[in-house]
Amino acid sequence: MQAGVIPFGDGKGAIKLIHEIGKGTPLGRILASGTDVTGKIYGVTHVPTVKGQSMPAYEPRAVKGIGITYATTTMGADHTAGYTIAPEILGVAGKVDPLSPEGKAALSRGFQTATAFIDSSGHCLFIAFPILDIASGYQGMIDECNGVFGTNWTADDVGAYGAAVLKKERAFNEAAGIGKEADRVPEFMKTEPLPPHNQIFDISDEALDSVFKQL
Amino acid sequence: MRVIVKLFASLARFSSSIQSGVPFEMNLPASATVHDLVTQLGIPSEETKISFVNGLIRDLDWVLQQGDEVGIFPPIGGG
Repeated sequence: MQAGVIPFGDGKGAIKLIHEIGKGTPLGRILASGTDVTGKIYGVTHVPTVKGQSMPAYEPRAVKGIGITYATTTMGADHTAGYTIAPEILGVAGKVDPLSPEGKAALSRGFQTATAFIDSSGHCLFIAFPILDIASGYQGMIDECNGVFGTNWTADDVGAYGAAVLKKERAFNEAAGIGKEADRVPEFMKTEPLPPHNQIFDISDEALDSVFKQL
Repeated sequence: MRVIVKLFASLARFSSSIQSGVPFEMNLPASATVHDLVTQLGIPSEETKISFVNGLIRDLDWVLQQGDEVGIFPPIGGG
């Protein structure tokens, strides 16, 4: 739509383009290669991706914590990697202002480490909602892990375990040539205010780098 | 006054004629709040989690105006 292939708002046209993918036409093959590649081929810059992963659901300028997760997680733009939407929008595990940049690097780091633990211990990510809001639920998860795995974990061990997982993921990405220069949101989000709140993504590169630096 | 409403996800079940995310018009008394709108639709207020009025998050006691666009979500998360 940005490139003018179909007009913005043309839902039926978008569905037709999806069918091009199935037909294997040149346009279909371009689209099937993803948002990043399609944007490069058409020479447009309003492309909401990080590390080649197109952004799901949430806009970094309107919800700054999830923007930090999108920029810094090893997965590319992935809301599940550190779902700060919980406190920023849903009021789970407290309520923080989605438009404020204050404390958001630490918030994303906390969610990313907790998520790495939840993912690695064989849990569905959706346990995060009850365990973050109910203290006995959090301890219950730890007790459950200890019972199943024979470990002696405490809450501190959960954070340390998650951080260790993230460090391994990070080392993998760096060895594959994906370093901290890839931990950035698209340029246009840093300069163009987004209505209705008219915010830009005003998180500094230093703050973004601090997410993993301070693991 | 007339407002335009979208009910998302499981909230659409509170009316047989409403589809999730498809806008419909409602007539409300002047100075009705989001809570009044929810009550008129027969939705228990605890089933609502986030309400938007003209693109901004508002509490249930927000007073509506003619032509407002209201979107209401149940407690859901995801991408």
